[in-house]
Amino acid sequence: MTRSPTERTLQASADDHRIASLAALAIALGMVDAAIPSPLPGVKPGLANIMTLFALHTLGWRAAVWVTLLRVVGAGLLLGSLFTPGFWLSLGGALASLLLLGACRALPARHFSLVSHSLLAAQAHLLGQLLLVRLFLIPYDNILLLFPPLALAALLSGIANGLIASHLVQAHDKD
Amino acid sequence: MFKAGDYLVLLALCALLLAAFLQLGRRAGEADSVIVRQNGTETIRLPLRLNRRHVARGPLGLTEIEIHNGQARIRRDPSPRQYCVQQGWLRHSGDIAVCLPNRVSIELAGTRQAHDSLAY
Repeated sequence: MTRSPTERTLQASADDHRIASLAALAIALGMVDAAIPSPLPGVKPGLANIMTLFALHTLGWRAAVWVTLLRVVGAGLLLGSLFTPGFWLSLGGALASLLLLGACRALPARHFSLVSHSLLAAQAHLLGQLLLVRLFLIPYDNILLLFPPLALAALLSGIANGLIASHLVQAHDKD
Repeated sequence: MFKAGDYLVLLALCALLLAAFLQLGRRAGEADSVIVRQNGTETIRLPLRLNRRHVARGPLGLTEIEIHNGQARIRRDPSPRQYCVQQGWLRHSGDIAVCLPNRVSIELAGTRQAHDSLAY
């Protein structure tokens, strides 16, 4: 086939490949998340966020944003929830936690580990979602009564995911 | 693994969480009056501290509301399935009994209204 004069080939860099494989792992973990039965709608372990944290600490914030957005869209496609309310909630939570993780770069790494980032991002995720629910899905203040139990769940999953991610980062740094 | 700052973050979040739960407990608070509605509009608001009965007239007949010891109930109602009567005494702010066929409802109200339902 003759090459068109306007054809351009995009060279994927090594980082692009890393981002792609992390996003793939995140999508797989997202499937696990979706399969785990939850006691309350909104309570989820959020295992996929481990990959966001890992990307943040090995490749930087921009990579974390890529991994997360690819995961949200990819998981939406696989679950068949693309552009449904659940998808927007997932996106809203993801964007809120990414913004907070961006702000977290100001925290000195000497005193704050990945666990702090995970804890704060989990709460930001919840707040982003609740805000979306309050604004668009259920426009009543009563929905905010869900905050305390959900925040407790976010606290626990934030610790768990943070610990898992920091194990992964340590193992990665040894290699 | 854990660094000093992490404990700080954890502590701050726990404190916030505790405050949130305490706030939640306060909301489902004491009721001090009962709102009687007919056709969805408030017709009278009765204080809970006075024992008394009140009769509301609906399309099917008379609905009798009883207030006793700071609680309120539908004592008698002409509705065929008697749901609002079977609901018994209402105690907390936000509790509600609806006699739909007779278009009468009562709701307990306090200084702060608790939630009446959660929906997803």
